[in-house]
Amino acid sequence: MTNSKKDIIAKLKKIGEQLEKTIKENDNPEITMPVRTLTNAYFDEKDKLIRLGDKRQSRTFFNVGQSRKFMQTVLIAAQIKELLEQDKPSISTRQLYYILKHTIEGLKENTFEDQAESDPVIEDLEVAADSLREELGLEPTPKGVFCGPITYKDVRTGDEINCRKMGTAGAAIPANVEPTAMEFQKSEAKFVLVVEKFAVWNILNQMKFWDKHKCILLTGKGQGERSARRLVSRLNKELKLPVYVFCDFDPYGYYIYSVYKQGSINLAHFSERAGCPDAKYIGLKYDDIEKYKIPKTNWIKMNDQDMKRLKEIQNYDWFKKKEWQKEIEKVKKWGWKVESDSLVSLGIEFMGEKYLPRVIKEADFLD
Amino acid sequence: MADTNHKQVSVAEFFEKNRHLLGFNNPAKALLTSVKEAVDNSLDACESAKILPEIFVKIQEMGENRYKLIVEDNGPGLPKKVLAKAFGSLLFGSKFRSTGGKQGRGQQGIGISAVIMYGQLTTGKPAIIISKTAKEKQARHHKLHIDIKTNEPDIVESTSKDWTKDHGTRIEVIMEGKITKAKQSPYEFIKQTAVVNPHADMEYIDHEGKKHKFPRVSNKLPKAAKEQKPHPHGVEFGIFKRMSKSTSARSVKSFLTKDFDKVGSGTANAILKAAEIDGRTMPKLLDDDQIHSIHKSIAEAKIMNPSTDCLSPIGNEALAKSLESEYDLEFVKSVTRRPTVYRGFPFQVEVAIGYGGELDAEGSVTMNRFANKVPLLYEEGSCAITKAIKGISWRSYGLSNSSGSMPTGPAIIVVHIASVWVPFTSESKAAVSNYPNISKELKLAIQECARSLQQYVKRKQRAGLEEEKRKKFRGYSSEVAIAVAKLISNESYKIAKKDIDKTAEPIQEKLLATAETMYASGKEIDEGEEENDE
Repeated sequence: MTNSKKDIIAKLKKIGEQLEKTIKENDNPEITMPVRTLTNAYFDEKDKLIRLGDKRQSRTFFNVGQSRKFMQTVLIAAQIKELLEQDKPSISTRQLYYILKHTIEGLKENTFEDQAESDPVIEDLEVAADSLREELGLEPTPKGVFCGPITYKDVRTGDEINCRKMGTAGAAIPANVEPTAMEFQKSEAKFVLVVEKFAVWNILNQMKFWDKHKCILLTGKGQGERSARRLVSRLNKELKLPVYVFCDFDPYGYYIYSVYKQGSINLAHFSERAGCPDAKYIGLKYDDIEKYKIPKTNWIKMNDQDMKRLKEIQNYDWFKKKEWQKEIEKVKKWGWKVESDSLVSLGIEFMGEKYLPRVIKEADFLD
Repeated sequence: MADTNHKQVSVAEFFEKNRHLLGFNNPAKALLTSVKEAVDNSLDACESAKILPEIFVKIQEMGENRYKLIVEDNGPGLPKKVLAKAFGSLLFGSKFRSTGGKQGRGQQGIGISAVIMYGQLTTGKPAIIISKTAKEKQARHHKLHIDIKTNEPDIVESTSKDWTKDHGTRIEVIMEGKITKAKQSPYEFIKQTAVVNPHADMEYIDHEGKKHKFPRVSNKLPKAAKEQKPHPHGVEFGIFKRMSKSTSARSVKSFLTKDFDKVGSGTANAILKAAEIDGRTMPKLLDDDQIHSIHKSIAEAKIMNPSTDCLSPIGNEALAKSLESEYDLEFVKSVTRRPTVYRGFPFQVEVAIGYGGELDAEGSVTMNRFANKVPLLYEEGSCAITKAIKGISWRSYGLSNSSGSMPTGPAIIVVHIASVWVPFTSESKAAVSNYPNISKELKLAIQECARSLQQYVKRKQRAGLEEEKRKKFRGYSSEVAIAVAKLISNESYKIAKKDIDKTAEPIQEKLLATAETMYASGKEIDEGEEENDE
């Protein structure tokens, strides 16, 4: 479900009217919202997504511990509504923080002391209004790039972007990739290849891997942030493109893959729109080490922290599949990790010419 | 009496050579010591005659580093016989004794004549003494020097004149001096003296001609200290020996029972039995070994604690009242501990703590130390009182301090130790020695006051928090009201600020009213925990 600007304005207005009513009845005004912690995130087995549970919390004004946050929430709501009503350019959360920061009359404190105070409140408001930040007119700072046989239209500027001709730099992922901002046009892509590392993406782009294999080649430069995930999800759902994820061979690589696939706990309310439940994990995998004789000099010993993270991942509901449990057991016993970058020691073209094509052709994935 | 004479000569000469030991180290300290000795004298004189003291002090500038000190009291005045001697001879006076006795300010009686001698040494000018008893028709005026060789007053001029006062004494001494502005100024001394002598009415005219009044707070004379025989546990060997030689008792046993406090026939028998001495022996016939064994068995004998009616505390109510009259304070707590004993000497500790008001909130607390109602202005660091204060963890009592240093905060701590014999660390009588029993009493007394202070500070903080909370709700309410007004208005960005304010006003009023009814109903605006956002 996507919200139009009008929907959001109406939702915010309704929150305001509810507050006014409570206040006039001499009652304690409150704003309720789903709880956004691990305790209220769950793995939906059917849809294969991390979702927000039913637990709601209320934030009230006449509560010493909550009154400041309550005030901040209402301030942000009112400001967002005003910005949406004016049809202004979208701003960043930092810019919103600056707009709202001022000294409260009669007190020695500011409405917000730093951005770390306003950011969580914005996320609260997202879930309270059952909406996305992008719909609230707030844009994250994107960091990913992509390229491939696709053209899209940037709705706000009217530009047509041909992702086949973006050179070695690739196309930046726009801050807002919602259909209202980014319209997919002509595409010959057959799948989406997401790689964790920019360096790996860079080699594959220079080799025109995407042209040879007709794919959209995308990197989130590490953990995928909101717009990278949402873009992958749209490509998957709207263009019906399968999604393959190529990461480092370590617990963090596993998690990056899983966030593209099922979403994250922190943004559980966002999974519905940013998840790709049928995304596949390309590798590296335990068997690849043996299969390609990856030299021991490329291995890195896992430290206590890595091991701890690996065990956490093994316990996540969304890693409970047999094949994953078997894989993780093997890695635990082995005790090493391998970066995808290290594969160049087998030849610069090794990944683009041998490894990736074979895995994709043989569907040698973990799911 | 060649022997005595020789001794007295050496006292006067001793002073001349060693005046630093008696508090005359430098011009500033000497002037202060002079004020102190003269005021002490006056207060003691009034009290022993059961007169509510009225004391006038004036310091007059006479030239560079030269001042005239005038101290006048309404005491009984000195009879003609002793007048010159009392002022013109060192170590004269009823106060000089080595053991027992009663609580007095000077303790050693070296005081006032030393001032005269100091003035004489530094300026060569004679002192002027005016005194009148109630019986006399006219006051006696003396101009005198002290003869350093003979330790006798050398009267330059003596006349009789009319005086407006019915009785009293006035002394004028010109001396080298210096006025400091610091903690050790004459003003500070007089102010502190006023605090611990609530029954005294004091007036001070400083060297700039400025008049300071310290009116009487209490019309009650402090309980008079009684004369008391020395307690055997407080008598050192040398003194014990001297007493045994000069006693009028005919037997050792009656020497013990008559010349000492708390020694009855049974106790005396036990002491003598342990020392293997026949109680019928003439005290004068005891040899050194025998005296030594008696002294030793006294130390081991169980003897009742000394009587404590020789002490004259200020009293906790008077102390509190007096502190309040000298300072503008929010809170005062005072404690007078029960008398107890160190090394056979009775002593008693009193403490008052004042808080807030005019006191500086940032710096170290003000500490006023007193021994027998005399302010101690020097040698702060080596004093048992300072150590006791520093040894307390003030953080838990509502002030702050790092361990081992003076606490900071808007507080004044007044500590008074009263004793027949205050153990000073040196002859200049500025710091109390660290005897375990004294330190313990000091600590207990300070802590008792500190506990009340803690409760007060906590209450105040709570009230402050309450007010802080209200202020916060007021501030937040106005923000919330405006935001809600914007939320419920269509296209609020087009609406003028004053119209938004108009919508916001009733909302804010409601919020404030709701907050007030919540406070009024005693329903604390719940201290709900922070919600757990991650």
